[in-house]
Amino acid sequence: MATAAAQRTARTPADGAPDSVDTAAYQHAFDTAVAADERIEPRDWMPDAYRATLVRQIAQHAHSEIIGMQPEANWITRAPSLRRKAILMAKVQDEAGHGLYLYSAAETLGTGRDELLDKLHSGRQKYSSIFNYPTLTWADVGAIGWLVDGAAITNQVPLCRCSYGPYARAMVRICKEESFHQRQGYELLLALSKGTPAQHAMAQDAVNRWWWPSLMMFGPPDDASQHSAQSMEWKIKRHSNDELRQRFVDICVPQAESLGLTLPDPDLRWNEERGHHDFGPIDWTEFWEVLKGNGPCNEQRITQRRRAHDEGAWVREAAAAYAAKHTRGTGETAHETGETGAEQA
Amino acid sequence: MTATGPATVPVTAALALGDDALVLSHRLGEWAGHAPVLEEEVALANIALDLLGQARILLSMAGDEDELAYLREERAFRNLQLVEQPNGDFAHTIARQLYFSTYQQLLYAELAAGDGPFAPLAAKAVKEVAYHRDHAEQWTRRLGDGTETSHERMRHACAALWKFTGEMFQPIEGLETDWTGLDQRWQESVADVLSRATLPLPEGPRTGAWSAGAGRQGLHTEPFGRMLAEMQHLHRSHPGASW
Repeated sequence: MATAAAQRTARTPADGAPDSVDTAAYQHAFDTAVAADERIEPRDWMPDAYRATLVRQIAQHAHSEIIGMQPEANWITRAPSLRRKAILMAKVQDEAGHGLYLYSAAETLGTGRDELLDKLHSGRQKYSSIFNYPTLTWADVGAIGWLVDGAAITNQVPLCRCSYGPYARAMVRICKEESFHQRQGYELLLALSKGTPAQHAMAQDAVNRWWWPSLMMFGPPDDASQHSAQSMEWKIKRHSNDELRQRFVDICVPQAESLGLTLPDPDLRWNEERGHHDFGPIDWTEFWEVLKGNGPCNEQRITQRRRAHDEGAWVREAAAAYAAKHTRGTGETAHETGETGAEQA
Repeated sequence: MTATGPATVPVTAALALGDDALVLSHRLGEWAGHAPVLEEEVALANIALDLLGQARILLSMAGDEDELAYLREERAFRNLQLVEQPNGDFAHTIARQLYFSTYQQLLYAELAAGDGPFAPLAAKAVKEVAYHRDHAEQWTRRLGDGTETSHERMRHACAALWKFTGEMFQPIEGLETDWTGLDQRWQESVADVLSRATLPLPEGPRTGAWSAGAGRQGLHTEPFGRMLAEMQHLHRSHPGASW
């Protein structure tokens, strides 16, 4: 909640934009609320750029949940035990649910889900580049749970304190489920690592392929991150990309040891002086290529997403036509009154 | 002796009901990432999970769930041919759901009311199945009474799957049920839903020369073998491994 003072001054009048004198007062109330770690709520005044940044970030977060269903759903029909199959189905279902929370959060900023999906389908908004990598073996499902969800959690836990209320609250719910998924992924890899030699090799291969892309999930290095400074000032972000990446590496190293797996980085070692692990250079060329659309699965992911949407159009149209006929309140249907959906529309 | 007490579990019945749930769950799992609207990603996965949960309990009553799911061949599966039918378009999936969930709810309500070995499972499952049936009925009405296109697709789907519906009422060894009465109530319920959805009741035989009781005897349709190949290949590639 914003402060009472901020609420008194910072409501945008319904009849139009405030004049410049008001704007300065609104901006001041907004800055004060953010500085005091208060939450900005949908009806509070906010700078246009703050609104635009949040729409971009929340939408891309929602898109990532939706596209992120694909690499894992790829293994639902091949899961090697019924228990694992149930866990995986539940996880993919959770991701669809997370997408729905996040689209709702984005909608509080004055946009619509259809509009956002349209931007995803036309490539005008992005999703996390990690989902452009393929799931080639069953162990990839575990590596995604452990590393990708682990990186996501490291990124997202601070977002539970983000200055925008609806986003922060969505993140609280999402992080709870994500940590559950992450433990399940770790446990899946552990079963493989302690299984047959072939299973162990499958686990190691998956970790080798997912480690570096997971480190790239924290975004470009701080000196190349265009939105970071402003987002930190607005308390949308709380830590820099490189800080979070370092935190993630420090968490993963002991976990990899207890998994009995190695991380594919010859330069990875403890640095006593820094109290952190040093690690090797990230291939930023690969990162930018994937971001530009040239990753291994960019085309496949967006094509499947568009196809599901296009092939589902007749279903959504049917639901809308049915609703138009049957929501007239009297219990009388359009058929009974002789009207058609087209006439009502 | 089994966990359910002195009464021996009728293995044939546990496999028939378990295989229905397992196979339909698998088909619904194929929708993940392909549904027409995000809410249906959630709903179809939810139904698939309920069915998988039922399958695991039922198969465990008959033996080891993973051995039964992953190491039997096509001729040893006892599921209905209806549940193994490919998803087709959304209307086909909904028609399959309507036919099966209506059957499952009527059957499980009877099993839950009895005192046989399936009563505890049925008592829990019948609540889930009531939701599945509601979901299928609502979509049957939306599609049937939606647009011309959706009406035509739904009509076609109901007609195409009609020939698999008679098999549901072939008696299952180990289940004491009035199968004829069950069939009658099923037909009444489906006729009512279809009429409210402005759809005609399909005509034509509900079983063929080949299909009477076929799935229950391990005689399946062609798409089923391919489905099993995908489902079982990883498990079979690592004999004896745990996951």
